[in-house]
Amino acid sequence: MNDSDAVAQAGLRPASTVPEAPGRSWRLSGDFLFHQAAVLAASLAAAALFATVIAITIDSWTSIQVFGVWGFLKSSEWNPVTQTFGALPFIIGTLVSSAIALFFAVPVSFGIAVFIAEIAPSWIKKPIAGAVELLAGIPSIVYGMWGLLVFAPVFANMEPWISNTFGEIPGIGALFQGPPMGIGMLAAGIILAIMILPYISSIMRDVFLIVPSSLRESAYAMGCTTWEVAWHITLPYTRSAVIGGIFLGLGRALGETMAVTFVIGNSNMFSTSLLMPGATIPSVLANEFTEATTKLYVSSLIYLGLILIAITLVVRFLAVLLIRRLSRGEGAST
Amino acid sequence: MVNQPVSAKLPAAPQGGAARKATKIAVRNLNFYYGGFHAIKDVNVEILENTVTAFIGPSGCGKSTLLRVFNRIYDLYPGHRAEGEVILDGEDIVAPKNYPGLRAKVGMVFQKPTPFPMSIYENIAFGIRLYERPSRSEMGDRVQQALVSAGLWHEVKEKLHQSALTLSGGQQQRLCIARALAIHPEVLLLDEPCSALDPISTANIEELIFQAKETCTLIMVTHNMQQAARASEYTAFMLDGRLIEYAETSQIFTRPSDRRTEDYITGRFG
Repeated sequence: MNDSDAVAQAGLRPASTVPEAPGRSWRLSGDFLFHQAAVLAASLAAAALFATVIAITIDSWTSIQVFGVWGFLKSSEWNPVTQTFGALPFIIGTLVSSAIALFFAVPVSFGIAVFIAEIAPSWIKKPIAGAVELLAGIPSIVYGMWGLLVFAPVFANMEPWISNTFGEIPGIGALFQGPPMGIGMLAAGIILAIMILPYISSIMRDVFLIVPSSLRESAYAMGCTTWEVAWHITLPYTRSAVIGGIFLGLGRALGETMAVTFVIGNSNMFSTSLLMPGATIPSVLANEFTEATTKLYVSSLIYLGLILIAITLVVRFLAVLLIRRLSRGEGAST
Repeated sequence: MVNQPVSAKLPAAPQGGAARKATKIAVRNLNFYYGGFHAIKDVNVEILENTVTAFIGPSGCGKSTLLRVFNRIYDLYPGHRAEGEVILDGEDIVAPKNYPGLRAKVGMVFQKPTPFPMSIYENIAFGIRLYERPSRSEMGDRVQQALVSAGLWHEVKEKLHQSALTLSGGQQQRLCIARALAIHPEVLLLDEPCSALDPISTANIEELIFQAKETCTLIMVTHNMQQAARASEYTAFMLDGRLIEYAETSQIFTRPSDRRTEDYITGRFG
């Protein structure tokens, strides 16, 4: 049968034998149900976010009325006895502990990813990658206990060395003062770094492995070393995915509660030294919710939760902005 | 300089009785293995200085593999192994464990354009900076010179600091050639440099290859027989990992001495 025969045949076919095309008529088909279910699932997620934000805002209203927005944000007084509450030490604690976590986790993740993508012989790639990913499977309470019972005592022995070494440096010396307690902002940051390491490194590794081999080869063919290929070619090529991975890790660090609560020392006082105890928004919530007796106290804690949501959203927004800016100006610098 | 004849498959002296050019690369009894797969079998060939030599043959014949031996890029992959000798300027490059500076001497351009993820300017400057530390103005001159010689200067001079990824495919490939030539290699390897390009870009690249011959020895792998005929002076035909015939391009395309070469260039297989 040639083509024209086929066309003629199709034209003569009775309408009833034409196969049903989806969307042709409205009827309660599986496709229709699936469509509705997908819409429902998507809107539920959005609704849950809005409902949470609204409920938290309502619950923190008492505190918002008493302290205002700016007043609450900039006050570092958190005193349940006098019923004065301010968020500043916890906001700073949250941001600083997460920054410390990124400071340690990002370079180590980069090293792991480069090792797996460029250096490691193939037989060792899988075990290393698996071991790193297993870190993500350890419950955070276990990290907390390990941090408090194992890491902190060891770290306490290292702290005199840290404050002797870095404490003398003008400018940053103030960050490394105080008695060696083992627990504190720096310890919390290090534990957080271990916890977010698998997220950042597995994303970096995955995107490093999809860099076209011709691109890598052409850099090696110019005479680049492994470091030069990783730093000048692989990393810029995968930049937006790497930043996405870093912000995923940051998101985890900002919200991490249990492990931080165990090792940060839980002090409501603000200290410039990273070796001193501090608190983050999640840790203060976990610690004080049970003992919050007045309505204003509870409301202030919920207000802190609202601020944490806002911080997370701002971080996400900044990540998107950063990725946009970088992809637009790719290679703009000389 | 290694000049003694090592193989029956040396190119004949160029017609017109001009002196035969010096040997740049001599390949002797070269075998190459991808793990257990024997990809190149006992290849002997001499590449002459300041010429363009084309390697043709059907897919999988080993021509790209041979190219990858000349700059030892196969070193990146465990299990890839070369045996035999490749003598570049009198020194074997296969036997030593490491050959520092080899890739400054032997540049390579790949089938797909591979601009680095940085600006057009930086693409060239990056390569130069691997080997030299010119001053800022000197670097500007070097970059301009490289782009001019690639015929790209007038197309990109307004947007030197934009991403190289914004260029068209043909421009990207010329940028890659400019980048390779900017570090003044003595040998330039071209692995099907035009197979992803349109005819006008291809003509530009062939022109560039022709000019580069002044300073550099070019070895090109191509699937395109017209291109081999147009752009090269010597042509080697490979089949199943063996070198079948190697002669002046005009001879290969008009009076091939081997039946299989004739079959291939007349399109009977491959």
